Amino acid sequence: MIHFLIHDSADTVAVAVTDLAAGAECTGRNLSTNKTLTAKTAEAIPLGHKFALRDFAVGDTAIKYGCEIGKVVQPIRAGQHVHVHNLKTKRW
Amino acid sequence: MTDRKIHAFRRENGRVGIRNHVVILPVDDISNAACEAVANNIKGTLALPHAYGRLQFGEDLELFFRTMIGIGSNPNVAAVVVIGIEAGWTKRIVDGIAKTGKPVEGYWIEGQGDIRTIADASYKAKEFVQWASELQRAECRLSELYISVKCGESDTTTGLASCPTVGNVLDKHCALGGTASFGETSELTGAEHIVAAKAANEEVRKQFMAAFEDYTRLVFSEKTDDLSESQPTKGNIAGGLSTIEEKALGNVEKLGKKTKFIGCLKPAEAPTKAGMWFMDTSSAAAEAVTLWAASGAVVHLFPTGQGNVIGNPIEPVIKLSGNPKTVATMKEHIDLDVAPILQGEMTLDQAGDALIEMIVRTANGRLTAAEALGHREFVMTKLYRSA
Repeated sequence: MIHFLIHDSADTVAVAVTDLAAGAECTGRNLSTNKTLTAKTAEAIPLGHKFALRDFAVGDTAIKYGCEIGKVVQPIRAGQHVHVHNLKTKRW
Repeated sequence: MTDRKIHAFRRENGRVGIRNHVVILPVDDISNAACEAVANNIKGTLALPHAYGRLQFGEDLELFFRTMIGIGSNPNVAAVVVIGIEAGWTKRIVDGIAKTGKPVEGYWIEGQGDIRTIADASYKAKEFVQWASELQRAECRLSELYISVKCGESDTTTGLASCPTVGNVLDKHCALGGTASFGETSELTGAEHIVAAKAANEEVRKQFMAAFEDYTRLVFSEKTDDLSESQPTKGNIAGGLSTIEEKALGNVEKLGKKTKFIGCLKPAEAPTKAGMWFMDTSSAAAEAVTLWAASGAVVHLFPTGQGNVIGNPIEPVIKLSGNPKTVATMKEHIDLDVAPILQGEMTLDQAGDALIEMIVRTANGRLTAAEALGHREFVMTKLYRSA
C-alpha cells in the first residue's frame, strides 16, 4: 500500500494518499522517478494533507512539484502536518 | 492513438454539437419571466434566465453581447427564440446568432406586453422544437469537438490524479487536430512560469503574461486580506491545499505534457482554428464554464477533489475525481473515478483513455451526472457596474 506521494525529487513536503496515524512508518512513491520512499509521521495526517520531509525554520520555503508553494511561518519538524497554520502564500 | 467516431449533430455552419437544445434566450433580466413562461408552455425547450443586459457599456457590454450571441451560436443549440424588452438589442443578438445559419427568431415586450409576447414566442418555440426533434445524429469525429477544461473544489488529489488525467486527454485530443481551451487566470498564480513556457511563440507568451498581470492588478487593487478562504477556498483548504501557489501547480497539470497553446482568447471569444487556447476567465466554476459555452465549447472536463457539483445548461460537464472519499460520498456527481492512480493501480495513460471513452459516450448522448441531477448553472461574467 502506498501511504504518500511526492511529485518531484526536489519536494520537501509529501501528500498523504490515505489517512495516516501519528508515528506511522509510511511507504511512498516519487512520481517523477517511480522510486519507493519511506517516512515517519509525527502527527495524524488526513488523506490529501501534507507532512514535512525535513525540518523547516521560519522563513524557509516549502517545495512541491519542484516549485515554491509558500513560506514557512511556524517551525516545522519532519513528519509534522504542513498546512495553513504554518505555511503562507508568498504571492498575496 | 486514433481518432474516435461519435454520433453527433452537424450544424448548418459545419460545427459539431453533442446536444440538441432549443433555447429561449432573454436579452435582459426583465425578460426572464416571459422566457420562463414560453419554456413552460413548450416542452423540451430551455429558458436561460440571467441577471444582466441593461445599461451595460464599454467592454462589459461587448462581453455581454459576445456571451449572448455565443450561447445561441453554440453547436449544442439547434434553434433559438430571443426575447428582450425592446427591439434594438434583441435584433442585434438575433442577427449575431443568425450568422450560424440556425433558426432564430426575436420578440420584444414593449408595445405589446408579456402575454402577447409569450403567445407569439410560444408558437415559434413549438415550431422550432418539433423541427429539432427530427434532426438526426450523424457520424462525426471526436477531434471535431471543442473541449474546455477547468477544475473546482480542488485538493491535493486533483494535482496528483484528475488534473493530469485531463492533461493526458488534451495531449491526445490536440495531437489529432482537436480544439481545447483552459483559463482560470488568477488561479495560475505561482505556476504562471509553467504556463508561459507552454506558449507556442513569444507573441502568445506576451499576450498570456499581459492577461495574467492584468488580473493580478485587479486582485491587488480590490483585496482586503491575503485571499485565504477565497483563493484557496475553504473547500480547497479542507482538502489539504495550503496556498494559491500549490493550487495553481496542481491546476496546470491539466495542460498536459506536450501541447503548446497557440493563442489567447478574451472571455467568451471563439477560437479561430484548431489547437489549445488560453482564455482569460474567472476561476469561479459557473462563470468560467458559461464563458466557454459562449465561446462554442461543446463538452467540459471538470476535475474535482472535494466535490464541486457544477453543471451548465448547454455544455455538458463531465466530472472526474481522484479523491477516494469524494468518489464514495458524492458518487452521484462523479462521472469518472481516477482514484486508483493514487495507489499506482491505474496509469495516467489508462485514466486518459477512460476519460476519452467517457467523452465519446457523452457525445453519443449519455447524460452526465450534472445533467441527470439538473445542474444548469448559467452565470454571466460582469466586468464592472452598469451605467
